Amino acid sequence: MHWLIDPFRYSFMQTGLLAAALVGVTCAVLGVYVVLRRMAFIGDALAHTALPGLVVAYLRGWNLFGGAIVAGLLTALGIGWLSRREAIREDTAIGIVFTGMFALGILLASAARSFRDLSHMLFGNLLGVTPADLALIAGAAGLVLCALSLFHKELELTSFDPLQAEVIGLRPDTLRYGLLMLLALAVVAGIQAVGVLLTSALLVTPAAAASLLTDRLPRMMLVATLIAVGSAVFGLYASYYFDVASGAAIVLACTVLFGLAWGVRAIRRET
Amino acid sequence: MRLPVGVRVALVGPNGAGKSTLLKAIAGLLPVRSGEICIYGRPVGACHHRVAYLPQRGDVDWRFPIIVRDLVLTGRYVHLGWLRRPGRRDLEITAEVLDRLGLSPLAERQIGQLSGGQQQRALLARALAQDSDLLLLDEPLNAVDADTRAVLAEVLDDLRDRKKTVVVATHDLGRLESDFDGALYLSEGRETPPPPGAFVGDESWKVFGRYSQI
Repeated sequence: MHWLIDPFRYSFMQTGLLAAALVGVTCAVLGVYVVLRRMAFIGDALAHTALPGLVVAYLRGWNLFGGAIVAGLLTALGIGWLSRREAIREDTAIGIVFTGMFALGILLASAARSFRDLSHMLFGNLLGVTPADLALIAGAAGLVLCALSLFHKELELTSFDPLQAEVIGLRPDTLRYGLLMLLALAVVAGIQAVGVLLTSALLVTPAAAASLLTDRLPRMMLVATLIAVGSAVFGLYASYYFDVASGAAIVLACTVLFGLAWGVRAIRRET
Repeated sequence: MRLPVGVRVALVGPNGAGKSTLLKAIAGLLPVRSGEICIYGRPVGACHHRVAYLPQRGDVDWRFPIIVRDLVLTGRYVHLGWLRRPGRRDLEITAEVLDRLGLSPLAERQIGQLSGGQQQRALLARALAQDSDLLLLDEPLNAVDADTRAVLAEVLDDLRDRKKTVVVATHDLGRLESDFDGALYLSEGRETPPPPGAFVGDESWKVFGRYSQI
């Protein structure tokens, strides 16, 4: 059992473990809505658009997390605003905003010649999470989970029956904006763990795997959480023992578990 | 035109006559371009809790992971407002409505596992669970099984006993006499005189009574 406990003599491993678990829970629970409401693309886009915020914050010596949140929230509002006029469809609006912002991030980083730090932003670095980062991740996680629990009934209804929601006086658009804000928060937390490029995997893959295994919403959130946290912890160990990128290991673990869920479902269907 | 409280009125007309449009406008889903709609003397949107609307083809994502009981329970949400969760009374009403519509044995099923007629009945159950004073039903008889038709007829009788106002859009002219107190004929967005020999019901409701103005 030594090999299980040994790594946690180091404080950076303890911080990393806590960060991984918090990010896992947050992304998995929110991810269930992302999957059910078909928002996978926008989750990916929000992660990418955080890049210029990260780069600017890094170059100015501000908190990276703050920079990413500002960029993420601006994008969430921008996409909502662009597509509200119906002049262009939402997925097109997302495509335009996210590639533009991502390119801006690369441009800023290349101008400052800091490509090595750029790679940490792109691929994440769980072992480099500072206690200050951890506090911010915990704050984001708390905010997202509280909001999801408080507005569960409204989010559920607008997700599966927006028409009825409107009839009883809820505004599906307002809730959608709210959800985009939460998504921006979750994504920024996820970037610390798996980086800009792979964060959407934490949102989509565990929730999608869970949706293959159960057709009850609370259970789906629980299963997604188990998959995400399990994968995050696995990724942390892999990174410690085999010196591989933690983000990639986490995402691959999620993918493997998704494959397993697919298999379980296929077997259930046979019988 | 005005509707008194507690009548069951059929809106009859061919496709495109404006039945659905009228119901949607009353439900607050469409802006009113000219004229004015008042429900219990207040503008549309001021009393959501008193109006239930059953659309012809809803927006429901039937693959969503929710069971029939919880779908019907969402009919209670309009009375809860933000942050409050359904209480015991809401669960009781839900159970009672499920029972009345013969859905109790299906209550634990995920909504996608119901047949088309059962899904329609589940949505009707939700509209009833809302316990509103004005019910707007858009083509509830369209493409449903005989069971559901029978249940709907019972429900309409029951609603009259409870002094609820019901407006049903339909192009099914058969059996109107037994299910409704009156009929209103629409064509191309306007009221038209009933075709000769057609059911009009007791016309007194057009004049008398306490009004739930439309």
